[in-house]
Amino acid sequence: MMKQQIIVSGIGGQGVLFLTRVIAQVAVNRQLPVLTAETHGMAQRGGTVLSTIKVGDFASPLIRTGQADTGLLLWEANLEVHQGLLKTNGRLAVNATAPGPGERIDASGIARDLGSAVLANLVLLGLAVKQGILFCSAEECETAIRQLAPAKFVEQNLTAFQRGLSQQA
Amino acid sequence: MSETIQLLMGNEAIGQGLIEAGCQIAAAYPGTPSTEILQAVIDRRDQAAEPLHIEWSVNEKIAFEVALAASYTGKRSVAVMKQVGLNVAADPFMRTAYLGIKGGMLTIVADDPGPHSSQNEQDTRLFCLQARVPVLDPTSPAEAKRLVPLAFELSEKYEVNVVLRPTTRICHSRQNVELQPPVTLKRSADFRKDPTRWAATPAFLPALHRKLNANLEQIATEEPFQPEKTAGDGTRPRTALVASGIVYGHLVDLLDELDLTGCCDLFKVLMPYPLNPEFCRRLHDDYDRILLLEETYPVIELQLAHPGAVGKQTGDVPREGELTPDVIHTALAEFLELKMPEAAPAERRGQRPSLCPGCPHRAAFYSIKKCFPHGIFPSDIGCYTLGMNLGAVNTVHCMGACISQGAGFYQAYAQDDGEVPTIVVTIGDSTFFHAGIPALINAVIQQARIIVVILDNATTAMTGGQPVPHLGIAAGGGKTKAIPIEPLVKSCGVDFLEVCDPYDTEPFEALLKRADDFIRSDDGGVAVLISRHGCIMDREVRASQPAYRVTIDERCIGCRKCVDAFECPALQMDAETGKAVANRDRCIGCGVCIPVCPVDAIVKEDS
Ligand code: SF4
Ligand code: SF4
Repeated sequence: MMKQQIIVSGIGGQGVLFLTRVIAQVAVNRQLPVLTAETHGMAQRGGTVLSTIKVGDFASPLIRTGQADTGLLLWEANLEVHQGLLKTNGRLAVNATAPGPGERIDASGIARDLGSAVLANLVLLGLAVKQGILFCSAEECETAIRQLAPAKFVEQNLTAFQRGLSQQA
Repeated sequence: MSETIQLLMGNEAIGQGLIEAGCQIAAAYPGTPSTEILQAVIDRRDQAAEPLHIEWSVNEKIAFEVALAASYTGKRSVAVMKQVGLNVAADPFMRTAYLGIKGGMLTIVADDPGPHSSQNEQDTRLFCLQARVPVLDPTSPAEAKRLVPLAFELSEKYEVNVVLRPTTRICHSRQNVELQPPVTLKRSADFRKDPTRWAATPAFLPALHRKLNANLEQIATEEPFQPEKTAGDGTRPRTALVASGIVYGHLVDLLDELDLTGCCDLFKVLMPYPLNPEFCRRLHDDYDRILLLEETYPVIELQLAHPGAVGKQTGDVPREGELTPDVIHTALAEFLELKMPEAAPAERRGQRPSLCPGCPHRAAFYSIKKCFPHGIFPSDIGCYTLGMNLGAVNTVHCMGACISQGAGFYQAYAQDDGEVPTIVVTIGDSTFFHAGIPALINAVIQQARIIVVILDNATTAMTGGQPVPHLGIAAGGGKTKAIPIEPLVKSCGVDFLEVCDPYDTEPFEALLKRADDFIRSDDGGVAVLISRHGCIMDREVRASQPAYRVTIDERCIGCRKCVDAFECPALQMDAETGKAVANRDRCIGCGVCIPVCPVDAIVKEDS
């Protein structure tokens, strides 16, 4: 069975939880077992937050050092905090303006153009899907976004996702 | 895709389980990581097959007592809280063990190994051992839900309160969970009076205690809750791994990753107390070496008392902190004499949390610190603990402690000859209702001279905005009577009471100074200042206040006051220019930072 361990890292208020739910929903829709772990509480007030997602036959939601296949980083400075969770050949998608490790995109900049900085999460998801570093297809992500986003934000969310998907990396 | 399988957070799975099991009275006080359980019940109340009363109680003791009496009538009930909430509910909880219940009653207590969002990492399972209450320790969100109806049945069979103890990693994990239709129990309230039980005097207690102990012996052998064994392949004879809770899940994944699945016998303990003596005997007879993995205290280990067992008691497993997969890896490698894992890189904390941009608490804290640079600042549990970052929070202890601590500081200083520093206590509105009122009465009658600032943001913000008693809103949004704070404060005997929006810096600071004059005057006492401005996370609050376009102009001298002392996360220093900049993505344009700048470099353009 397909197995993938994913980390989503950011700071409180960046929509890490929503991004986590979208990815996990794709797994549910595909009838794959999935487990996530999320940061709630005090850290959500602008502190570093981390979600882990384990798709496939797992019993625990947490990821051990060096075991993650893929990392999505919405806050570049978290790289030094969470990079250790990735496998040596693990793949990364990073929201950043400057060059550095992993696939990069100015997700916040694009999101700002679209009218809301919090859309950076879905721009980054688009890039990750385009780079093939997640188990999900673009269509599957779109379905999950439609399921989870509040009705009046669906179109805006899909646009953000498309912008990430169509970006030249 | 099947609608009966949904992606649910552990807390949602438990809430769903309560609805499915026919729970009719659900009471809780919010607290991370337990909060979403009652919220999930609220969100699903339309699915309930029978009438359902849901309440955010004023505190955990009250939640417990409401659920308890409801159970006396034969209905199923639940009280939900976080681990330190059980300390507040300890009094009724302990007596309930002796007196028992009628309709199924669960107490769901969420523990926080780590801790991630709590003032300690106490273990509810150990609390249950001392209280003599059966406790279940689920290993996944799906299992937590599966245990809810079984726990109600156990509770009803023996007429005992049963505790379900999820930990943060169960509460805040999501998993595919299967839904079931709710049961219909058709129970009408029927309280059968029995003073020898419901009002038991000491004369009746030895018999009740005897009955409890007899029940526990039976409960220990109840089939659905027996430890589950996965037999090993025999390569490591007379060796066993024993785990409970989410740690069991970590262990299973770890064994798989290390290609060690089946390397020895593995036990999953679902009910850590009461532990079946037969299980203990088998472990003593059949194994020479046992590794025990459990969070947070050595509850199974203590009951097992096996000479070959290693765990927290022996110091082979860390006694503090969360048992993460990395921690377990090290313990397992030592136990099985495997290659030791590379030392995990020292944990980095990353970005520290801070009060939100535009948070009214920041405005209040900045003014308090500014008016009383040498003051003593006891504070309390909630978002506003983060006032620490501004140097305006010196103590944080437990719900409501700040007012009594403020009074204690006063009594100790006032005995000496020197100047008594100004003591400014900060307490949130929800915390004030929870445990602040008796403390305020006490401070007044003991003649403490302190300033109490009630940070009224009209919500329980830390846990996501549950209603508070002065709003007149019940769980689920219905209307109820509002209990305003001002008359309450007055009837506690407070003679100085003022209300001010902390965004209005000047009048707010003037009131703080007047309060200080009052407490130092001849007939001074406790002064209360209500700092009133809605939580900025509330959309309506945001929409109702002006949003300025705040920028920092060339006058900035790079003194860092706005970044360090005021600490709005929307303000940063630009490394190149050495000047402060406002981050467009995060600034909400409240304008409170403007008077902070000594050279008027922070300016607003109307928008
Ligand atoms: S106006 Fe000032 S205090 Fe308010 S959010 Fe913006 S930077 Fe922070
Ligand atoms: S804006 Fe004002 S307070 Fe902030 S660094 Fe510049 S001079 Fe200092």
